[in-house]
Amino acid sequence: MMAIWVMQAFTGLSNFSVLLLMALGLAIIFGQMGVINMAHGEFLTIGAYTTYGLSQVSDRWAPWLSKSYFLLAVVVAFALAGLVGLAVEYFMVRHLYRRPLDTLLATWGLSLIMQQAFRSAFGAREVSATLPAWLMGSVKPTATIDIPINGLVVMGLTTVLTALVFVGLFRTRLGIDVRATMQNRSMASAAGINTGRIDRFTFAFGCGLAGIAGAAFTTIGSTGPTSGSLYIVDTFLVVVFGGAQSLLGTIGSAFTIAQTQAATEFFMTGSMAKVVTLSAVILVLMVRPQGLFALKMRR
Amino acid sequence: MSHPRTISQCLAVHAFPVVLTLVACLLGCSKGSSGSSGTPSSDAPMMAGGKMALTDTEVVVGQLHSATGTMAISETGSIEAERLAIGQINDGGGILGRKIRIIQEDGASDWPTFAEKAKKLLEQDHVASVFGCWTSASRKAVLPVFEKDNGLLYYPTFYEGLEQSKNVFYTGQEATQQILAGLDWIHKTKNANTFFLIGSDYIWPRTSNKIARKHIENVLHGQVLGEEYYPLGHTQFGSLINKIKEAKPDVVYAIVVGGSNVAFYKQLRAAGVTAENQTLLTISVTEDEMLGIGGENMVGFYAAMKYFQSLDNENNKKFVAAFKAKYGPNSVIGDVTQAAYLGPWLWKAAVEKAQSFDIDKVVAASPGIELTTAPEGYVKIDPNHHLWSKLRIGLAQADGQFKVVYESGLIQPNPFPKGYQ
Repeated sequence: MMAIWVMQAFTGLSNFSVLLLMALGLAIIFGQMGVINMAHGEFLTIGAYTTYGLSQVSDRWAPWLSKSYFLLAVVVAFALAGLVGLAVEYFMVRHLYRRPLDTLLATWGLSLIMQQAFRSAFGAREVSATLPAWLMGSVKPTATIDIPINGLVVMGLTTVLTALVFVGLFRTRLGIDVRATMQNRSMASAAGINTGRIDRFTFAFGCGLAGIAGAAFTTIGSTGPTSGSLYIVDTFLVVVFGGAQSLLGTIGSAFTIAQTQAATEFFMTGSMAKVVTLSAVILVLMVRPQGLFALKMRR
Repeated sequence: MSHPRTISQCLAVHAFPVVLTLVACLLGCSKGSSGSSGTPSSDAPMMAGGKMALTDTEVVVGQLHSATGTMAISETGSIEAERLAIGQINDGGGILGRKIRIIQEDGASDWPTFAEKAKKLLEQDHVASVFGCWTSASRKAVLPVFEKDNGLLYYPTFYEGLEQSKNVFYTGQEATQQILAGLDWIHKTKNANTFFLIGSDYIWPRTSNKIARKHIENVLHGQVLGEEYYPLGHTQFGSLINKIKEAKPDVVYAIVVGGSNVAFYKQLRAAGVTAENQTLLTISVTEDEMLGIGGENMVGFYAAMKYFQSLDNENNKKFVAAFKAKYGPNSVIGDVTQAAYLGPWLWKAAVEKAQSFDIDKVVAASPGIELTTAPEGYVKIDPNHHLWSKLRIGLAQADGQFKVVYESGLIQPNPFPKGYQ
């Protein structure tokens, strides 16, 4: 019985890190920049297919990579998703910054295009990356407790990335430029910041984070043309619930939602747990429309 | 079966039909003017609403699956299998001296689109039969169209039963065929008395688990320790896995589908639940799904199906060889793909028995038709339009295939099972 509680506690933490990891990219793109990016899930898919592609490469041509290709995949996924993000920002999103609702439609269209592109490139069927054995087992601190290693990996990755994002945003010159641009564009521009470039960089960075999340999720989920869209609702939920503009809010909200979900799931069936969690979110948002944490700023 | 619903899909449901209706309209108009091909032969049977697309040398059939959208994952295999069967029939001289021509329409994973395309196939193209649909939702959407226009549909997917129509032949298994024999087997060979039922939250898993529960409680006198449903597309199964560990059932009975399926098995393995310490029986994982899940995550679990690619008989060897020759050596064949392959052959047999393409005559001739060349072995059409078939239990292998460990006798289809509702 004790073992179950330990594992259930870990499940809650693990769900938290999954939610946070997928929301991190969107917290920057939607939260900081205010771009409603409906194609966010597809950037996750890019990461997932990157992992799959690299696993194929290592299977066929580079067996010495088979144990470590996953780490490489995380880096390549960031780069690829970031590059695609850069292109999307340049050709589409930057023309729509003042029209958020049009962005919603445009990025939704983009998500459909990307899904069909994945389907044409990789086939409609789901694929599966051969994951190294060290990623798939479980740690057994006692005979009855199993702690999934893939959960630990996602957790570690989430911690590192969140720390990096925080340091990047609050401790570097670039981060200051980014925050200045997002908070007051014209003032930032007047102070000599190239806001166009900052926008492009920020968007691409958010997409890159999504790519990393996608790569990490191949250990716990599916890889197919529409896999990314499985996460999009929860992702928006986390960011909105946390208070769109606050990174700290995103963390708090991911934690609250994950713990509520994990606890309710344990005591009722999955569908009912979802109902309870979503109802709780709606109630909180009715009382606090600005989300859990709101950025204090002069309007 | 069905699939994960996502926000973009919900949007698609509302925005797509408008666009597609327009497109369908435009296409329809342009095709309408070029006319139904060729001159109808003198004995061409009349069909409600016009002549059948039939000449002395050609007969036209429709194919209606999702080639795009979320369901393309599953329906691609069916499209390929039907095309293979029709190609083989044409190579063998066609049906009643006519070659079969296919008009393929894309249901685009959207149920209203399915209905629209079915209407187009029946009312504009006057096809002699349609091979199509995959999810129950798409079948329910086209059913009124087929009944109104008196069309003929061959439906390949194993499904929840509780349906029978003059205009539909069901070439997959209905729920009792797939469930009862499998539970009997696991009860007997694994001495299993306690079960944990899991499903994605929609009609097929719920109906199937209802049947399973009745059978476990009333026939096997076993116990259901838990029955759990998770939303389609759910990706976090940690809590559920802990509940399974706590309940310690003899058997986990799983009907999870779509992207959830992959997440479920990956997380099971990561949580230390493997065939070594847990017996698991599923009715929703075929070789197709194994591609996404990865054989290494399923090893040692059981699946109950009527067909596995590894079946060791002459028919199947020929079928697998032909399929791979046409679609590549790496292609896999799941239960539904084989059932889809039966459609054109069953139709051919019925047409030849009736000596006519007339739908009423074909339907009347169908019951009792036997197919000894089926890859799954032998099938027979029951008067209730479902097939007599066997049930097999497959043991999942690391390479993504199943090893057949049990084979039942022929099971009569029973889409409206008494005592199970």
